[in-house]
Amino acid sequence: MELLVVKKRQNYIAMFFILVALLSYGAMEVTGFEPAQALIAIPQAIVWSLSNFYPTMASIKNLPAILIKLHETVFLAIVATTTGGICAMAFALLSTKGVPVFTVMCRLIASFFRNIPDTVWAIVLLLSFGQNVISGYIALFFATFGFLTRAFVETIEEVGANSIEALEASGATYGQIVFQAIIPSCITQVVSWLLFMIETNIRSSTLVGMLTGTGIGNLFNIYYKFFDYHSASLVVIMIVIVILIIEAASNHVRRMIL
Amino acid sequence: MKRKASAIYIMSRSKQQLGERVMAFLECIDITKEYANTIALKKISFSVNKGEMVAIIGPSGAGKSTLLRCINRMIVPTAGDVIFDGVNFNTLNSAQLREQRRKIGMIFQHYNLVNRLSVVENVLHGRLGYKTTFEGIFGRYAEGEKEEAFKILARLGLEEQAYRRCDELSGGQKQRVGIARALIQEPKLMLCDEPIASLDPSSAKIIMDYLWDINKSIGITCFVNLHQVDVALKYADRIIGIRKGEVIYDGPPCALKKETIHQIYDSKTGELIMD
Repeated sequence: MELLVVKKRQNYIAMFFILVALLSYGAMEVTGFEPAQALIAIPQAIVWSLSNFYPTMASIKNLPAILIKLHETVFLAIVATTTGGICAMAFALLSTKGVPVFTVMCRLIASFFRNIPDTVWAIVLLLSFGQNVISGYIALFFATFGFLTRAFVETIEEVGANSIEALEASGATYGQIVFQAIIPSCITQVVSWLLFMIETNIRSSTLVGMLTGTGIGNLFNIYYKFFDYHSASLVVIMIVIVILIIEAASNHVRRMIL
Repeated sequence: MKRKASAIYIMSRSKQQLGERVMAFLECIDITKEYANTIALKKISFSVNKGEMVAIIGPSGAGKSTLLRCINRMIVPTAGDVIFDGVNFNTLNSAQLREQRRKIGMIFQHYNLVNRLSVVENVLHGRLGYKTTFEGIFGRYAEGEKEEAFKILARLGLEEQAYRRCDELSGGQKQRVGIARALIQEPKLMLCDEPIASLDPSSAKIIMDYLWDINKSIGITCFVNLHQVDVALKYADRIIGIRKGEVIYDGPPCALKKETIHQIYDSKTGELIMD
């Protein structure tokens, strides 16, 4: 009997791998992607990168301009995260209040904003706000708001549910419960999510910047289109450095609050 | 049942002694709770006098927790009335319900404390029902309330722990914080949902002794959901046995026969751990 069960499980695993292989093959056929050619192209790409995509002394003189734009992009990411986070918290609290109408409404709104990628938001907003930093900000804000609402709702339900019940049973109002139970129990996870979102948004805002013509993304685009690969590579290096710094800082903060 | 009640100084509250004329002050009439495809409680009725210690026993899923939560309307019954201290809970709006709830303390199997806050902060949460939303949000408690919190903590043997974070405490200590949080509400009724189910036997005894003590010395009516029949027999004045949402037994522990216990748990002789 037990042997049969094991055998059955093995069959399932085999079937799973066959299914994955079939799916991959099918997708390649449909898209016309040829893995052999892609593999051959890799050495060429490396050779090209090594011979063109590195900063030179000439490109270093662009550093101040790059830093100014980078600074703009990083702060855009931070502002979008904090404002989006505050709105997300308000919605998460409303949706966990236990009023079914609010719950459904908040979740629908959040899921609408979450499921449209920030780049799509940026393109859509370009049409109404034009090529400026506002479009970029709103695009990031929408995506952040949608994602964090979901994350906060899950955190509150996971960490806060027990103490919410206790305070409700003692006759506390929802406002009191929010500040006395939900926020104290969820604060570490909330800060953790915010830091994660800042990292993500720095990457996204680079991409969004290419579309909205602002920030470091636009600068990269300009260098790239004018074949100034040395300066473009300097931009990439600076972005990587900033992301590493933010990551280290947020790890430090996480350790401090836990 | 001779247990030494430790010398107690307690809040300047109802000092109704046992033996005084007691009145039915909690009445449940035909409480029914239906979920989508199951009936959790079927027309449960009983009335409880002030100062009684009632144990509710029954198998898992019998509806013990649901019944307890129907009393303070944490779960809204599908039908039936709860009349507590002369007030029918069906007629209340949410503000009036909060006002009634502060007269009812509740303790939980998983303690339900805010683990990242200190012991005394958790105890003071029991006062939130008496505060305005603004005062509660900023944790503005009166001096008298803080003194009371420390008095209760001392009574429960937790004065040393007052400033420690709750996640540093043992299970038994956490449950005592839960009791302290309920006591500072100055409750007339205590609802205890499996208070000892997650505790080791010695902590469980300490907790049950405190509940017994609160019941006998302050006269707070206690409702205790229990898994352990022997504990119920030892501590309760009255036992309500429920099975599949129906009352099978309602009476004093001494009149509870072996056969009735088996009937409650749907078991045969020799199948229960107490046999």
